[in-house]
This record gives sequence, structure tokens and C-alpha cells, in this order.
Amino acid sequence: MTESSSQNANVVVETLRSWSPTAVAEVIEFRSETTVVVPRNLLRAAAERCRSDAKLQFNLLTDATCVDRYPIEPRFEVNYHLVSIPRKDRVRLQVRLTGQDPVVDSVVPVWPGANWLEREIFDLFGIRFNGHPDLRRILLPEDWEGHPLRKDFPVEGYRDVPSSGDLFKKSSML
Amino acid sequence: MTTVETATGAAKTMVLNMGPQHPSTHGVLRILLELDGETVVKAVPDLGYLHTGIEKSCEDKTYSQAITLTDRMDYLNPLGNNLVYCLAVEKLLGLEVPKRAQYIRVMMVELQRISSHLVWLGTHAIDLGAMSVFLYCFREREEILKIFEMFSGQRMMTSYIRIGGVALDPPAGWRQAVQKFLNMMPTRVDEYETLLTQNPIWIGRTKGIGYISPQDAIALSMTGPTLRAAGVPYDNRKVFPYSSYEEFNFDVPTRTESDCYARYLIRVAEMRESLNIVRQAMERITDEGPVKAEAPGIIPPQREKMKTEMEALIYHFKIFTEGFSPQPGEAFVAVESPRGELGCFVASDGSPKPLRVHFRSPSFINLQALPKLIEGQLIADVVACIGTIDIVLGEVDR
Repeated sequence: MTESSSQNANVVVETLRSWSPTAVAEVIEFRSETTVVVPRNLLRAAAERCRSDAKLQFNLLTDATCVDRYPIEPRFEVNYHLVSIPRKDRVRLQVRLTGQDPVVDSVVPVWPGANWLEREIFDLFGIRFNGHPDLRRILLPEDWEGHPLRKDFPVEGYRDVPSSGDLFKKSSML
Repeated sequence: MTTVETATGAAKTMVLNMGPQHPSTHGVLRILLELDGETVVKAVPDLGYLHTGIEKSCEDKTYSQAITLTDRMDYLNPLGNNLVYCLAVEKLLGLEVPKRAQYIRVMMVELQRISSHLVWLGTHAIDLGAMSVFLYCFREREEILKIFEMFSGQRMMTSYIRIGGVALDPPAGWRQAVQKFLNMMPTRVDEYETLLTQNPIWIGRTKGIGYISPQDAIALSMTGPTLRAAGVPYDNRKVFPYSSYEEFNFDVPTRTESDCYARYLIRVAEMRESLNIVRQAMERITDEGPVKAEAPGIIPPQREKMKTEMEALIYHFKIFTEGFSPQPGEAFVAVESPRGELGCFVASDGSPKPLRVHFRSPSFINLQALPKLIEGQLIADVVACIGTIDIVLGEVDR
């Protein structure tokens, strides 16, 4: 299993490298999964290559999500999980973004299914996707402030929650 | 407020707000429909009404605590959610699960698939005006829930599948209970088919409705019965087997019509295949053997060991206070839920709490294709199309 997946990884990495020598910034192999880190400016072109190249055929974008590594910079990692139905293969494309400039090209022109997935990332992480046809919040109300899945957003939110000291004061008053 | 841009001019069309409280949306979903007479010109789904921040909450819990949250996403498939999360954490840990536990998992999630399809069939039929099917479906679903209660003590939010195996050994008498269900169920599926498959009203409401081409379905990342009804035999149990599915003998039903009727036939056929898998799993589950992996410091020790061994007591204390810390890395696992590809992405930074947990929920992504299915169709077919992609709003919004 591990062997075949690393062979598959070679196919992806070789094809991308032969297309553009700078297309693969880093390759991470962990638990028989391959992550191909792509430079930000090449994401959409690399995605198009992954979908249309006869050797790759990653026709299904199954998932897109983000990881916030705050306070490490570049803090955001946007992951695209691709599946090739004809080749029975999976790969993860990753793009790293800084906190100052969390902008990346949208892959909606490549896989229309990325639409809501990127809206979700925009909503919860505040990453903007260039060329996205409909970049609005999707899960949270439109007047929500902040992006709750960022690590600097508290788990309990910003509501006015009385401190435990206040609660004790109140209960002794009753 | 979400506003709809008019596609054919304001004078001709009207905007209708369907939901968020509407019986056929199976939860809280709002769809803005722009209508020209009875024809849908444009549809814009508006969601998030059930968003509870499960992914954020997972980041504030230890790896084992987060299991209980996964139950509550897709409440018709809690065992499947447990399974995908546990598989992802096990992959992160590099943990091997005993075969017996894997077979128990397979049996449970296949029973869950049948119960989920039963709820789908019952509610979909009620949406289209066939009231009685609902009662029949829920009668059989009850039997499955009784089996779950027997195994885990809970009917719905079982949290039965745990990291490294399952929570408990199968209870006494489980074979008879499951066998009884297996004996009863095939004739019951026939019964539903006699009510619907040849029913002219049912055919009229579903045949040729909600067509999507296989190319569009793949481009919009659709998976599950909806994709298989379009003729693409993509099923994770076959393509990327997990939990020993490669040892089981079953078919993946596909059709090519890609309409609501084809999706109905696929799900009925899947129920029969699942019964087949449950039967095979039952034969494979031995009476004796471990149901949890042997991994000190990750899997809680047995109660008896805690009373005789010092290390076991220390591990027990550490697991339930601090948790365990997988090495830094990322893992993505996908399983075939009743609705499609259910994925779980877990990232670890080496601490006892996950850095990020993300669920690739099939309902969310399949719902994206809804406008494609209903634009140009009649308003009465909107109900059929929502039903046929089988969404669970708890999972859409998480």
C-alpha cells in the first residue's frame, strides 16, 4: 500500500515538475499520504494541470479546507484533496498563505464544486479567493464579525460572559 | 438578507422564499426561488441555520472527547461519523485495529446505512404524497435502533466506535437479534417496492425529474447514490477500501438515467447489498477476541488490569486527564456514508488536542448541485429534488 502510494506520488510530482520546474515547492509524505506544496501564484495552473493531464486525471475535487498555525508564519495552509476516479488515486495540494495577505486564486474555474468549499473557508478563516464568482459568507450570518476558525478567535466567542467571580457574587446576593 | 439577481427581468418573475421552516427541507434550509409562473428560473440555497461550530469545538477537546461531537453532525448516520473520525485519528497514530473490531464496525455501519436509507425513503415518499411508506419504514428502522441500543446502550447517539476499536464487546444474544432482523428485512424491502416501484403516481413524480449529467455531477463534486445513479461506479468501499471492506463480496449498484427514480432504485438496491454485507460480517465476527487495539497510553486499559497493575492505573489516569498526543502531521480518510463520500481531515501539532478537525460532509457538497437540478423545472419538483439528494441539515451546517 505504502509502495504504490509513493509511486503514485512520483507520478504527480514528476508530471508537475516536468510542466514547470518551480511548480512543486515541497513534497510531504506522511502515513502513506502525499501532500504537494504548490507556490501560491501557480495554484490555479497546477490545479488545471492535475485535472486535465492524461497521466493524472484528478477529475474530482473532494474537499478543500484550511489549517491555521497561528502564531507560526505563514500561518494558513489551504488544502485541496483531489481524487482521480479513473486512476483510483488521491493527492493533497497545499498552498501556504501569510496572515498579512491571505489571498489565493480560486480553483472554481477548474472544479465548479470548489464554490461552496471556498466560501466556507472564506467564511470561517477569512481567506479571499481571487476570481471566485460568489464570495459570500455561507454558514455564518452576513453581519458576523471575525472568522471563528482562526486560532486567535476564542472558542467561547466574544459574547459578554460573566466571570466566575461575578457569578459567585450574584449567587451570594440571592 | 440574501438577495436574488433577476435573470429574466423583474416584471415577469416573482421571488418565493421556501423555508427555512418547510417540512420538505428536512431541517432548516432556506431556498430563494425565482419563478416564472410555475417554472423555477433561479434557485439560491441559503444555509447555516444549524451551524453549531462542531469543528471549532473539536479543537478544544482531546482526541477521544471529540467522538461524541461527531455523532451529532449527521444524526441519521452517527456510527459512520464515529468511524470516519476514528479512522482518521488511527491513521494519524499509525494504529492497527483488531480484525474482530473491524468486522463489528462494518456490521454496524451497514445496519446504519439501511436505517438511514429507510428514513430517506419514508420521508421522501411523504414529501411526494405517499403517506403509508413512512410508517412501514420507521417500523423497520426501530428494529435497527433496538440492535444499536443492545450494543451500546443508546439508540441514536451511540458513540460506539472508539479510537482503536469499539466501545464494548457485543452483548449476549446479539447474533439472534441481528439474525432475526436479517430474516425479516428482505421481504420488507419487497413490501416497499410493491408500494412504490410500479406505482404510476410515484413514477410520474420521479421519472425524468432532476436530471444531471455524469460530467456535471463530477464537476460539482457530487458523490454517493446521486453520482452512481448517473452511471459513475464510485464507491469508497470498493475504490479505497477501509476497515477490511476488501474482504467482503458485494456489488455497487449503478444506473444511467440519473433522475429521481434512478436514485430511488439505487438506494433500494443498496439496502439489499447492505443486508448481504451484514450477513457476511456476522459470519466473520468470532465469539472471542479483542475489540480494541493494544496500545498503552492511547487505549484505556481494562478494568481488571487497573486493579492489579500500577502502569495500567497510571495510563488510565493520564488518558482521561491529559489525553494522548499523536506525532505532528495530517491525515485524511474518506468513507462511504449513506449520502456519499464522508471525509475527515485531522491535523496534529503534537499536542493532546487536535489542531484542526474538518469534515467533508457529503450533504453540504451535494446540496451545491441543487440549483443545477431544479432550474428550469416545475416548483412541485423542487421537493422531489431536495428529497432525492438526501441531505441532513445537521451535517450541512455542522
